[in-house]
Amino acid sequence: MATGSARKGLLVATLSTLVVAAVLAYTVGTSPAWPEVQKAFFDGRYFSTSLPAVAEAFTINVRLFIIAELLILPIGLLIALARSITAPALAPLRIFATIYVDFFRGVPSILIIYVLGFGVPALQLDGVPKEPFFWALVTLVLIYSAYVSEVYRAGIESIHPSQERAARALGLTRVQALRYVVIPQAMRRVIPPLLNDFIGLQKDTALVSILGVVETFKQAQILKAASFNFTPLMTTALIFLIITIPMTRLVDRLAAKDRNAQLGGTR
Amino acid sequence: MAAAARTRVPVLELKGLKKRYNGRLVLDGINLSLAEHEVVCLIGASGSGKSTLLRCADLLEPIDGGSISLDGGRVAYEDRDVDATRRKLGIVFQGFNLFPHLTVVENVALAPRVALGLTPAAATRRAKDLLKSLGLAEKAREYPDRLSGGQQQRVAIARALATEPKVLLLDEITSALDPVLVAEVLETLRALAASGMTMLIATHEMAFAADVADRICYLEDGRLIEEGTPKRIFGSPRDRRTKEFLRRVRSISGGRRAPGR
Repeated sequence: MATGSARKGLLVATLSTLVVAAVLAYTVGTSPAWPEVQKAFFDGRYFSTSLPAVAEAFTINVRLFIIAELLILPIGLLIALARSITAPALAPLRIFATIYVDFFRGVPSILIIYVLGFGVPALQLDGVPKEPFFWALVTLVLIYSAYVSEVYRAGIESIHPSQERAARALGLTRVQALRYVVIPQAMRRVIPPLLNDFIGLQKDTALVSILGVVETFKQAQILKAASFNFTPLMTTALIFLIITIPMTRLVDRLAAKDRNAQLGGTR
Repeated sequence: MAAAARTRVPVLELKGLKKRYNGRLVLDGINLSLAEHEVVCLIGASGSGKSTLLRCADLLEPIDGGSISLDGGRVAYEDRDVDATRRKLGIVFQGFNLFPHLTVVENVALAPRVALGLTPAAATRRAKDLLKSLGLAEKAREYPDRLSGGQQQRVAIARALATEPKVLLLDEITSALDPVLVAEVLETLRALAASGMTMLIATHEMAFAADVADRICYLEDGRLIEEGTPKRIFGSPRDRRTKEFLRRVRSISGGRRAPGR
């Protein structure tokens, strides 16, 4: 009975998906300007010629987000910990961390990239790097560390205070209690939202094109300008999807696993 | 023996202990001392201040008046070396509060390794010895959520003993267990008492208190109303409030758990 109804469910799902897809394809395909749009955005010839250059430029994006992620993981945690400091003497640290997070989460990314990417090198300070890639990296790290610190903080706060109390009762210091009891438990819970933020970061690597970094989006724009055809942009979109979709599915799987574990457990 | 022990410096001494929550006085001048090897049971209704008393005695919360002494030396929540003091005090909570991400043996070995600075091997050895003595040797590699409530609570006792505390504080540790599991935990406590562990036990298990305690303290509204040997408190309570409490306990449990009729 169970497998029969499952098969029936799959059949209905497939049928309804096919119907919706067919209606969509028909509507778009029969629209008066479709042939022109198809030529401008989905031209197979331009796709194959743009693919090598766009894909090669994508390695810049990959370098950017991998280095950024490796830096964001510890920096975000440090900021989250700074925000959870209770010692009165260290209040300035907590206040600074709070202002930092408020600012970088509250201002549009593109503005921060503009201001830091063009503004700081313009100061012409000795020893301050001028390469656009460097400033692209710095701005992405600054912006996403703010987001990730909030993910960490939510994770830390989701661990019941009785856990920290039990650790302190055993004679562990606050730092030891965080290090051995609270943070390891919080880490498991924050992995799905953390990866979610990283998907956002990977897409946002396209924003640094405004600094003149020839990453994949910039490369696509150059090709578009040369050919008066938008297909290279679609090529870039496809490459982004190839990276982000598996990551999205992974997040879904981890989140579902976490949910099951919590339902199965006693707490 | 017990009388001689009581003349020495108390292991734990509370003097005029006061604690406020949101302006309400939940502990109002508690005087209580524990001699070495002594077992004292705190009885009283929920909200009488038993748990707060234990948390304050364990320096987990600041107090609003009075003093706490350990081995004759004043200690306080505000001390710089409060973590070192807490290692000399063990506490077991009603809700176990085991660390779910660590195995049973890791739960017990954590404090010896991290707080006492033992090598991982020495900490693990100590944890395994403790678990063995509590009959939990074969559970060492399990995670806490695979254990029964009684087993979890016994692991929590082993964890509290792992820093070799001078006093063990137990906060209604059988209240979250079903009756079958209560027995195994109480058996563990009896064995500990017999081995000479100094213990301060908040409990609702009157028969157990009568059996294991050297002294019973009745608490009501944050005050220590009456204290004495189990025989005296359960047999001939003097204070009207103690009598009333014991009468109510007996009427609820049908006399099953309340001794000294």
